[in-house]
Order: sequence, then structure tokens, then C-alpha cells
Amino acid sequence: MAENGSVAWSSVGKKVITGITGFALMGFIIAHLIGNLTLFIGPAQFNGYAHFLESILYGWFVIAFEVVMVFVFLFHMIAAITVAWTDRRQARTEGYRYAKNAGGKSRKTLSSTTMIYTGILIIFFVIGHIYLFKINPSHENLYATVSAAFSGIGFTIFTLVVMVLLGFHLRHGFWSAFQSLGWTNDKYLPLLTKLALVFAVIMAIGFFVIPVYMYFSGDSSFTMPGGH
Amino acid sequence: MSDNGMTIHLKIWRQAQGATSGKFVDYTVENVLPEMSFLEMLDILNETLVQKGEEAIEFDNDCREGICGTCGMVIGGVAHGPHAGSTTCEIRMRQFKDGDTITVEPFRAKPFKLIKDLVVDRSAFDRIQQKGGFVTMNVGSAPDGNAFPIPKDHADHAMDAAACIGCGACVAACPNASASLFVSAKISQLSWLPQGEPERARRALAMIAQMDAEGFGDCSNHGECEAVCPKEISIGNIARMRREYLKGALKG
Repeated sequence: MAENGSVAWSSVGKKVITGITGFALMGFIIAHLIGNLTLFIGPAQFNGYAHFLESILYGWFVIAFEVVMVFVFLFHMIAAITVAWTDRRQARTEGYRYAKNAGGKSRKTLSSTTMIYTGILIIFFVIGHIYLFKINPSHENLYATVSAAFSGIGFTIFTLVVMVLLGFHLRHGFWSAFQSLGWTNDKYLPLLTKLALVFAVIMAIGFFVIPVYMYFSGDSSFTMPGGH
Repeated sequence: MSDNGMTIHLKIWRQAQGATSGKFVDYTVENVLPEMSFLEMLDILNETLVQKGEEAIEFDNDCREGICGTCGMVIGGVAHGPHAGSTTCEIRMRQFKDGDTITVEPFRAKPFKLIKDLVVDRSAFDRIQQKGGFVTMNVGSAPDGNAFPIPKDHADHAMDAAACIGCGACVAACPNASASLFVSAKISQLSWLPQGEPERARRALAMIAQMDAEGFGDCSNHGECEAVCPKEISIGNIARMRREYLKGALKG
């Protein structure tokens, strides 16, 4: 019997790690999207929501959450990158001169073959996103920071592109997480692959409309009553 | 199409025994009948090559009726050719058009060492099987029907997984050269039946450890394997294999 370390980082162990952390990340973006929808209600509500999050457990909730998310991201990345590394470079040293997709029952898509690239792009986006909206801005009026960020057309379009690519990542990632954890069978697999497309489209559209709305609303002059 | 059948152009991978590299060689086969199997068409090509004093193209084959799993090549970019649920020997020339150019390559994966031309060494599969793809105890002669109550759907799942002939097309088609579908079929087949029950945990851990040791790639859930599998083994078995592995790992 193999020791625990090699079980966790075996070919199946890596899938399980990717799947569990994938679920955690999907849960996070669902909550993140719902929270961000307060931007549509109004500046006071959005800022109120941000203040509410920072007030839970005297601010310790956010810190604990961030620590957990750092590990979730790290494990997701390490497991996924090692899977990608074992793939082409190690297990098929001489590639096909002519290869076609099999079609039929195959689930190979543009999404599934570009997971590593969309993933790498997303992590860089997340780092920039955290700097822009977490480390850098005024904590008193986050709405103004968001509004200012999306006042430029370049940044807005860049964000939109990344959100579409996030949709691509989720289109394979959603059902793949179930498959990786063994939480599926022949009965539910077709349903899950369809749900994956629905989930990816909802998330991509959800995160797509925010930059568009902020760009066109363009009200960065708002200040908190009595604030900045 | 002429009266004498089709003309088929082939680009076949030729690699001498012991050589580290090979190349495509162009051949043209005339008078190919639509009823011929792909291997029969290669037989004709080999006869003409031998008559000309050239070396025949080496390829694996045995039963030629889709049950032994010996034949296997990548035809036109797809393992076992263009027809789903078929082995290479079951591919008929009617699936191609007169004048088609078809590329033929061996199954490519590092653990499947190329021996010659289109022949690869698939003994890695045997070594995985030897780690637990069987029942250790003597189960005796066939028990009376229904002496062990086995639900019909369980028996069907076991039978579907047991249909795996170990041809290696799943590895060949996988973008990552993963053997997950093969290994999952072997683990899954026994996991549905009472005879496989006592060794479930050990089996999953040992066979997967051997799969990794052989140097197969990791699965990325592309599902190309299921699409090329001549026995149409479902990737639901891979999900089941992961459950078996997790249960085994947690039992310690």
C-alpha cells in the first residue's frame, strides 16, 4: 500500500484535488457574482455590502476566508499544472503526425483543451483584480473605485474578454469536477455536461454585464454621505 | 470508382525494428473492394510488396472479428478508424471513398514502445492487470442461479465494463495518453460483483499505482477514449474508478 503522500498526488489523487478545489472556486464565484449584483441596486447598497463583509467577526472572517482561498487556488493550480505536465510532455514523447478529434461521444472541446491556458490567464486576472479592488482602493467608497476602473474602454474590454474565457474554463470545469470526484455515472453525465454549459453561460453573462453597466453608468462622482 | 474497385492512397508509418524514428511512406492500392476490411486491404498491399521484394508492413492482428483486441492503429487520425464502436479489423473499405488518402500511424504513447512499423508493445496493460485485475480466491464452479442475488442492472454494468478487450485505443486517442478508461473498466467490472468485493480497496490502489508507474498520462476528462473504444466503454467507469480509489485510500 502506497504511503499517503503518493495517494494524494497519484493520477487519481490529483484529479480529486482539482475537483474539490474547483467546487470551492465555483462556490466562491457564485457568491461573488451575487454580492456584486448590489452594484445594480446602487452605490450605497454596494458599499454597504462591502462594509458588511468586512465587519463579520470584527474583520477576521475576511482574513480567514482569504487564507483559505489562497490555499484553494494554490492546490487547484499545482494539481492542474502537474496534470498538464504529465500529459503531452511525459506520456507521449512522440506525437501524432496527423490526428483528428474522434467526435461522437467525445467531450473534447475547445474548452477542455485550453483549460491550462484559460486557467493561467484567470490567475493573473485574479491577482490584478485583488490589487485593484482590495489592496489599492479606498475602503470607504469601493463603488467609486469600481466605477473609475470601468470608466476606460480598454480595461472594460479586457475584463469582458477574460470573463468570456472564464466561461470557457467553467464549461469543461463544471462537469469535470463531478467526474473527477467520481460524483457521476452514466445516468447523470449527459445532464451534467449540459448543466455545465448553462452554468458557464450564466456566470460569463453575470460577470459580463457588470463591466458593461459600470462603463455606461459612469457615475464615479458618487461619494458616501459624510464620507470621501 | 473503376469496375475493379476503389483506388486507395495510403501514408503508412514505417519504422525499422530498433530504430528511434520513422517516416510516412506513400503507397497506392488498386482494386480495393468496398466489402474488404481495412486489414484485408493491407494484406493485399503486403502481397504486392513481398512480390516486389520489399519488406511487408508489420501490423498486429489475430481474430479479425473484433473480439481479441490485438489489432489497432490510428487510421485517418482516429484510433481504430472512422467508425465508432469498431476495432481496426472491423473497419470496411466502404467507409472510405475512391481516391481517398488515408494516413496510418501506430498507437502512440510512451508506455507503448514502438516495436516495428505499426506494432507497439502493450505489455504495460498486462502488468497493470497483474496488480489486481482478477479475483485471488478460488471461487469454485459456477454457483446456482440466484444463489447470490445480484441485481440485473449491476450484472449489466459489470458485463459492459468486462467487454473491454484491452486494445489500447483509449490510450492512443487520449490527448494525454492516459490509460484511465482501460484501468477503470477492469476495476469497475469486479466492483459490481460479490466476487470482487473483498479485494476492492486493494485492487483500485494497486492497479492505479501501476498505471502511474508505467508512465501513462493523467486524465483530463476529454472523453476521446469513450468515442474510440471499440466496446464503447463509458467514462462513467472512470468516475466509478475514482470512487473506488477514494474508498480504498480512506480505508488505508
